Amino acid sequence: MADEKKTGLFEKGGKLYWLHSSIDAFDTFLRVPGTVTAKGAHVRDGIDLKRVMIMVVIALVPAALFGMYNVGLQTSTVYGLDWSFWHMFWYGLLRMLPLFVVSYAVGLAIEFASSQIRGEEVNEGYLVTGFLIPLIVPVDVPLWMLALAVAFSVIFVKEVFGGTGMNIWNPALVARAFLFFSYPSSMSGSSVWVSKTWVSALKDVDAVSAATPLAIAHEGAFDAATGAVGQYSFMDMFWGFIPGSIGETCVVAILLGALLLVWTGVASWKIMVSSVAGGLLVGWLGQLAGATTLPCYYQLVMGGFLFGSVFMATDPVTAAQTETGKWIYGFLVGALAVIVRLWNPGYMEGMMLAILFMNTMAPLIDHCVVSVHTSRRAKKALTA
Amino acid sequence: MSNNLDLKKGLDIPIKGAAAREVIKTVVPDIVAVKPTDFKGLVPRLLVKEGDSVLAGSPVMADKMRPEILFTSPVSGTVTGIVRGEKRKLLAVLVKADGKQESVDFGAKVPDNAEETKELLLKSGLWGALIQRPYGIMANPDVTPKAIFVSSFSTAPLAADTDFTLGDAVLDIQAGVNALAKIAPVHLSYKKDVEASTVFHKVENAVLHVVSGKHPAGNVGVQISHIAPIQKGETVWTVSPLHLAAIGHVVNTGRLSLERLVAVTGPEATKNAYVKCLPGTPVASIAHIMPDVRIIGGNVLTGENLGKDGYLGFFEDQLTLLREGREREWFGWAKPFRPKVHSSSWCYFSWLTPGKKYEMDTNLHGGPRAFVETKCFEDVTPMDIFPIYLIKACLAGDIEKMEKFGIYEVLPEDLALCDYVDPSKNEIQAIIQKGIDLMIKEMA
Repeated sequence: MADEKKTGLFEKGGKLYWLHSSIDAFDTFLRVPGTVTAKGAHVRDGIDLKRVMIMVVIALVPAALFGMYNVGLQTSTVYGLDWSFWHMFWYGLLRMLPLFVVSYAVGLAIEFASSQIRGEEVNEGYLVTGFLIPLIVPVDVPLWMLALAVAFSVIFVKEVFGGTGMNIWNPALVARAFLFFSYPSSMSGSSVWVSKTWVSALKDVDAVSAATPLAIAHEGAFDAATGAVGQYSFMDMFWGFIPGSIGETCVVAILLGALLLVWTGVASWKIMVSSVAGGLLVGWLGQLAGATTLPCYYQLVMGGFLFGSVFMATDPVTAAQTETGKWIYGFLVGALAVIVRLWNPGYMEGMMLAILFMNTMAPLIDHCVVSVHTSRRAKKALTA
Repeated sequence: MSNNLDLKKGLDIPIKGAAAREVIKTVVPDIVAVKPTDFKGLVPRLLVKEGDSVLAGSPVMADKMRPEILFTSPVSGTVTGIVRGEKRKLLAVLVKADGKQESVDFGAKVPDNAEETKELLLKSGLWGALIQRPYGIMANPDVTPKAIFVSSFSTAPLAADTDFTLGDAVLDIQAGVNALAKIAPVHLSYKKDVEASTVFHKVENAVLHVVSGKHPAGNVGVQISHIAPIQKGETVWTVSPLHLAAIGHVVNTGRLSLERLVAVTGPEATKNAYVKCLPGTPVASIAHIMPDVRIIGGNVLTGENLGKDGYLGFFEDQLTLLREGREREWFGWAKPFRPKVHSSSWCYFSWLTPGKKYEMDTNLHGGPRAFVETKCFEDVTPMDIFPIYLIKACLAGDIEKMEKFGIYEVLPEDLALCDYVDPSKNEIQAIIQKGIDLMIKEMA
């Protein structure tokens, strides 16, 4: 009965037809549409974009869970609070919830409104973007800044191009870049990575400086004998017990996500592998050239390199689309990121800009790959 | 001598309802339809009127552009109806069978040269069986093709098994090959590892190719693209094994016989087996059709929705019956397991049960979205092309790019699996067909 009423009102000609995009979005979220094939193949695969996108979100969950724990851990360690495991996790969870709420509320509101304007169904792409954004910012970022960044990236990077599937740059990364360049004091430096908001005991305590290993290494504080960067050992960095953006620190959690993405075929393993190869190669060359004393594999465990390689560079919309192109694209992402890290005095972290730059270049790479392919085909035809 | 072709990419859709290798009945139809809509590129001119009596092999219509191409009645009887659609478009000529099946005698004579072969095909109504590539339209008698290709088997879902349906037509097949070889070299492919059961590996006077792989390995277009890719300005013809045998039959006996074994398949078929009948037979007399079931002439990827009152098409040797999947599944996309739904993607768990056959229905399983390309199109397209670029060139209507990306080599059927696997639910076959239509218009 309720069902009938709803369809009548929101169907074409109904009073609230203009709302149909939003209603459809909720309706198809709950139940698979009853649409049957009209032309083309009469049967279709069970896969749809909702399923693809939810796979990415699931792949992000280990990194998010670890991030919550690490938020508490860093606060507890840096301020000497001696919290229990659950206390740390609970604190991190509470700190992160508002970020998720703001990210999803602002992003989805814009997404729904633009779908409404275009008269299309709401695309699922933001499910992933909305989950990614909180994971790549410092935990204490003010919510209004986050809201602004989300709005900017969804409107100017996604919707003006026509929505998910049409965008050129990764929207989550653009949100981060927006924050990075608009509010550098909240996004970089050594005092933004450890949260002390909401801890009443720390109300009047000054923020303690806690630099990321990447920043410490940048200052040259690498101990070749112990393999430690400042106070952080290699294993600390590998397991992720270091300050940094929420989701980026734990290699194991990221690799778990990578495993799921590669297994399901949602993200390209070629991009992941070639990006890591590019980073390692440049890291090694940098060591040879004396630009750094860090062994090349340290580049993988510090900062957002691995997170970017696995979750950001592989976005099927903004990455290269040809298989050969993916190798080139991934390699250049990794290589550029480490080049920026080693030879650029301004920015410590090059991953974000490397990926955004390669997003821009991806169509060019594809164009070259396709041109080579078509001219090879044409030659083959002449000799045949 | 034969050439091997092993194709790695592709997908066999695990749908339930293959036809058992037995003939359960022979349908002697009351009414038979000759449908001009079966032939792509045909503008029909009617040659009969209601009340005319015809023999099997008597012309009922011709091509307006090239009136020498005739289309003939498969039965003897009386013309009882002319069915027209919008703008008086001719949809079908209905012939009431008299049950005697008297046929026109074209003279049993092996053609001596290309002209005689062409003339026989034009007169007997079998010319329409020759498909020209590029574009997949009816062949032009004034053009001499580079070669004629026949794929003796189909890998499409639940397709009729030609080793069974044409098992005793070996003489007709050979005669068909001999006749066509007068026009151009004939290339014939057969399935790997079935030498014992197929009649095709014994065929002489043709270049043989042994093909293995998942669907679309059996598609003649895919085979051509590996054997001798079609270049701009080139023309090849293709003919189905069914019609190859029919051509041979008319050469051997002088009489037209389009009788064939039709595989009745699909999860909703009450009896999955073969039925002997003629093209143009009402589908309702071939298979029992339950309510809310879609009846498809051909396979689930490329077939046509015939409707309950439809008639079997000229090219079809398969009917597929599918339930209309209008139910809405709660949280379908979010469920960890959906045992009743197949997915070739590893986002679901169909890979755990590789041998399982599914009772598929016509549900779209999602809503249309913009392209979000993973690797799925390339994985099901065993051709040296970039499917996504070709598709986008077709969408943009960019002739030059379509040429570059291989429009001459493909027909919608060769990319039909892209329809199936696309998570964004785009209509790839329709897009390719639109591109081809544009090519025909621009190149004419």
